Amino acid sequence: MFVAIAVLGLFLADLEIIGADPWSEFGRMALGAVTPDFTATDRLFDAVLQTLAFAILGVAVANVFGFALALAFHYRFVRVGCAFIRAIHELFWALIFLQIFGLSPLTGILAIAIPYAGIIAKVYSEILEEADPAPARAAPSGSGAISIFLFARLPDAWVHFKHYSLYRLECGLRSSAVLGFVGLPTLGFHLDSAFKQGSYSEVSALLILFYIIIATMRYWVHKRLLPAYLIAAVIALPSGVSISMTNVVRFFTEDILPHPIRVAESIDGAVLEKLWDWIANLLITQAVPGAFNTIVLTMIALVGAGACALAMFPLISPKFFGKKGRTIGHVLLVVARSTPEYILAYVFLQLWGPSMAPAIVALSLHNGAIIGHLIGRHTESMATRSDSPKGLNLYGYEILPRVYPQFLAFLFYRWEVIMRETAILGILGIPTLGFYIDSAFADIRYDRALVLILLTAFLNIGVDALSRRIRYRLRLKTTLNHA
Amino acid sequence: MKKFLTTVMCVFGLMSVAHAETFTFTAIPDEDESRLRARFDKVATYLSDKLGVDVRYVPVKSYAAAVTAFRNDQVQMAWFGGLSGVRARQLVAGSEAVAQGYEDQFFITYFIANAKTGLSASDDFPSGIKGKTFTFGSKGSTSGRLMPEFHIREKLSGSPDDVFKKVGFSGDHSRTIALVQSGAYEVGAVNFKVWGNEMKAGKIDPSKIKIIWKTPTYPDYQWSVRGDVGKKFGADFKAKVTKALLDMKDPDLLSSFPRKSFVPAANSDYKPILDVGKSIGLID
Repeated sequence: MFVAIAVLGLFLADLEIIGADPWSEFGRMALGAVTPDFTATDRLFDAVLQTLAFAILGVAVANVFGFALALAFHYRFVRVGCAFIRAIHELFWALIFLQIFGLSPLTGILAIAIPYAGIIAKVYSEILEEADPAPARAAPSGSGAISIFLFARLPDAWVHFKHYSLYRLECGLRSSAVLGFVGLPTLGFHLDSAFKQGSYSEVSALLILFYIIIATMRYWVHKRLLPAYLIAAVIALPSGVSISMTNVVRFFTEDILPHPIRVAESIDGAVLEKLWDWIANLLITQAVPGAFNTIVLTMIALVGAGACALAMFPLISPKFFGKKGRTIGHVLLVVARSTPEYILAYVFLQLWGPSMAPAIVALSLHNGAIIGHLIGRHTESMATRSDSPKGLNLYGYEILPRVYPQFLAFLFYRWEVIMRETAILGILGIPTLGFYIDSAFADIRYDRALVLILLTAFLNIGVDALSRRIRYRLRLKTTLNHA
Repeated sequence: MKKFLTTVMCVFGLMSVAHAETFTFTAIPDEDESRLRARFDKVATYLSDKLGVDVRYVPVKSYAAAVTAFRNDQVQMAWFGGLSGVRARQLVAGSEAVAQGYEDQFFITYFIANAKTGLSASDDFPSGIKGKTFTFGSKGSTSGRLMPEFHIREKLSGSPDDVFKKVGFSGDHSRTIALVQSGAYEVGAVNFKVWGNEMKAGKIDPSKIKIIWKTPTYPDYQWSVRGDVGKKFGADFKAKVTKALLDMKDPDLLSSFPRKSFVPAANSDYKPILDVGKSIGLID
């Protein structure tokens, strides 16, 4: 059924490729890719440092608050609150905080910390729930709730927390780099400029640096070094940008009020009528078309990601390829999944012009590589009979049916993520909700931006709930570490 | 946990240290963003020498970010476009346009087209662009959005979305030229100064792209200063900054903008921009 919806979506989507001469541009990109220029960027070292600093601080703060929220996750308002804050993409949070705090470091830290706290709270609470209950039951009666938690439940969950935090830090690095596209002084800031200028040698240098940071994470992230990193991160952040409380107050009491109310002397019938016009206009010209495009793109990309995942997982599976072949597969998958989809979409946009096609390819590749990686890893531990078939027959008749439930579980899990990303890609000019949100910020109309951001949040929450129900109905279960 | 909290406190602590003695300014990122810092750091050094205070340039990624930084007093002065300047001064009471480029008194937008469209230069508005794909520059640009949209709405009697097959926002003027030249868009609107610059730099291939129409003139870029600089930097500070800007004669510095020289400006010079902004719904 999902495939049918996606096919229907293809008819509704604008897929036209209008770059009249995409290959010469692609040639320049390819040339840039093999001739990286590490000297082209002003203050490159600062950018690397600040990408790390925002990621480390943002994820650290998110961990503290996420952990605290996870403990209170049985309260409905905490669950709903977390679902809400994680439904808003970090780029949108950044756009909001840019208006309040400007280019102060707080903007970047909060933009990462807030949505991540919502995600972490959910995952940690799931981990705690699924932790082995035996030690807690074995505790002598009369043990305090706190000591049971500390000594019986936490140790079992701790190792999962650690793994997950590390994964979050990787995401944090990606987010931190992408925040540069809206003005924070991270790698994305220079990537954006380099792309705009067509200096692809600079682009490839920046991306290579970024891959190195991600690929070497397991060597430099160490428990004992973390305090040092945190302090270094604080020092590395740009200082000298002051925050004034009047800006904060003004944002909440004036800027976000709908325009008809903001300029009205008193609330009367005429003002309400104008307010109604304002809302209707916003809905008809922006919210509805934006939401429609967001949903169409999400559905196509979801199925595309599934197809990519199924095509890619054998590349890293020992059931299909030898060691050498797998290495190539790993490199391909690492590049596809470490490159933020925002950047992938950006590249394809340069080539094909602004239609949905670049977004579909970017989202499918990125999410397909993530799912493909998880499935490929899963097949490593699968036992096959010595007389099992080889090649396509093995794929079609044995491996695929066996991994299919896992595959569906991961795919539905990514559904909400894909939708969040879809909205964001609007900033690049694809007319999803993000396009209208970006326009509202460009016009300094925060009232409109806020309404549209709330709408994207509700769409995400809806998809999240729907995907949970489908997974429940199909009895699909994702493993702990791969949220 | 404690460590985390201490760190968070440190962050807040560091950020609350206000650097009141530094005069900061920004500029809208309208073209070649690489080396933006190198270009404007020179201007900062010049101003610092003339004014006797520490002057710092803060790079921003968008026109809106420049306006926000000005509004939030994170910069006290900015090199704005016509529209961004009007927006910024609306939001900051007492702020003033103090100087504009010589060329900004009679600024022009070029409508440019890919050669494959077969469109040719004319003195009248090129109605043949109807039904083509069209790219503006940045969403908040005067020469790349406001003025071209005004003329399109007036001459083709419809919003850009209605009259064109597809409408895009390239982000800046250099991109607009690149996109129309590559054929990604058939027609575009571009700031005439940037066109001249790119022509000089050899980035324009006249066999692939050409000017098809020039708009009537309008006022554009200007330096705007917040009204409260006097309180922080001394009563005559605004006058001193204005003088320093008008006295800028070094061609190397002026090429950062690029302008021939700076001339006096006033808020009232930008009344036409405000009116156009309101008439096409870009300003409430």
